[in-house]
Amino acid sequence: MINIVWVVMIVSGIVLAVVQDSPEIVTQATFQAAQAAVKYALMLAGVMSFWLGIMKIAEEAGLVRGLARLLRPFTSFLFPSIPSQHPAMGSILMNLSANILGMGNAATPFGLKAMGELQELNGNKEEASEAMCTFLAINTACLTLMPTMILGIRLSAESAAPAEIVGPTIFATAVGMGIAIVADGIFRKIYRRRL
Amino acid sequence: MVEFIQNLSRWAVPVFLLFVPLYAMLRGVKVYECFVKGAGEGFAIAVRIIPYLVAMMAAVGIFRQTGMMDLVSDACGSVLQQWGIPPEIIPLAIMRPFSGGGALGIAAELIDAFGPDSFIGRLASTMQGSTDTTFFVLTVYFGSVGVRKYRYSLAVGLLADLTTFFASVYIVNRVFM
Repeated sequence: MINIVWVVMIVSGIVLAVVQDSPEIVTQATFQAAQAAVKYALMLAGVMSFWLGIMKIAEEAGLVRGLARLLRPFTSFLFPSIPSQHPAMGSILMNLSANILGMGNAATPFGLKAMGELQELNGNKEEASEAMCTFLAINTACLTLMPTMILGIRLSAESAAPAEIVGPTIFATAVGMGIAIVADGIFRKIYRRRL
Repeated sequence: MVEFIQNLSRWAVPVFLLFVPLYAMLRGVKVYECFVKGAGEGFAIAVRIIPYLVAMMAAVGIFRQTGMMDLVSDACGSVLQQWGIPPEIIPLAIMRPFSGGGALGIAAELIDAFGPDSFIGRLASTMQGSTDTTFFVLTVYFGSVGVRKYRYSLAVGLLADLTTFFASVYIVNRVFM
């Protein structure tokens, strides 16, 4: 599916550029994006290093395991395939907490760490495991209590009530997360039957 | 309540950074050496995701800058308008799963053009705060560990995005109209 989406995006864009007789847009867009990608990765490298350093301390001190144990009833329901003491559980919880609080920059390092740990448990390294699918379903449709970025924009646009969208955001994300968990469960069953 | 959550977000990082090293120190962990060991992995992960970032961002760049995205959103706009969804919002809805920065730019434009307290401004704010960059997250997260088959992840993610979009439209209509 990702292959199709990728090709359709590129091909349809180029076809349109040909129709408009402006191929230089494509060239420019490609080079710009490629540069921006590396810039983003390097920026992420700094934040990543910092948070993974802090995470290592938390791990050594037993904090990650403690957090995982505390929320076990909730997580063992969502991730039956992960052993409850496994470090992946701690990273997943850290990632979700950061997402819920609207700290996107802090969430990504925890998320990538969680993926690394889930991959250790994964039998087929080329294919996503069930736990990975569940994690990403929750991650991309995560409950958000505080949309920090958009609040900043509303504030600078001189809104009379910048925070009035917080309630609607909590509602919309709660609905989205519910659907994501249900859909993940259904798709997982269908997929298992196909094997 | 809102203020409490806002303060929680503001203080979460500093409090976390105060608590973790202090607690670890008391437990006898060599905090500095431990930090450096953990941080060493950060760069490698960031470099590993570069190919996936380039692939995704280049495709999105072409799709957007050639005007293809505007075409698609025009096509969807006339249908969705019948359900009380303003056509101005469609580019944001389409952009959101692909690029966080691109979507933020569109949201900021809409808020600027229509005002933060207009219907479109509120809807754009709610949508921007509610959904995540599904494509981006999937490619980067799976890419970082070398997984190539995503199973049903993309379908679930997009289904959730669509749900959140309609939930945003519903709730903003309900609360502010």
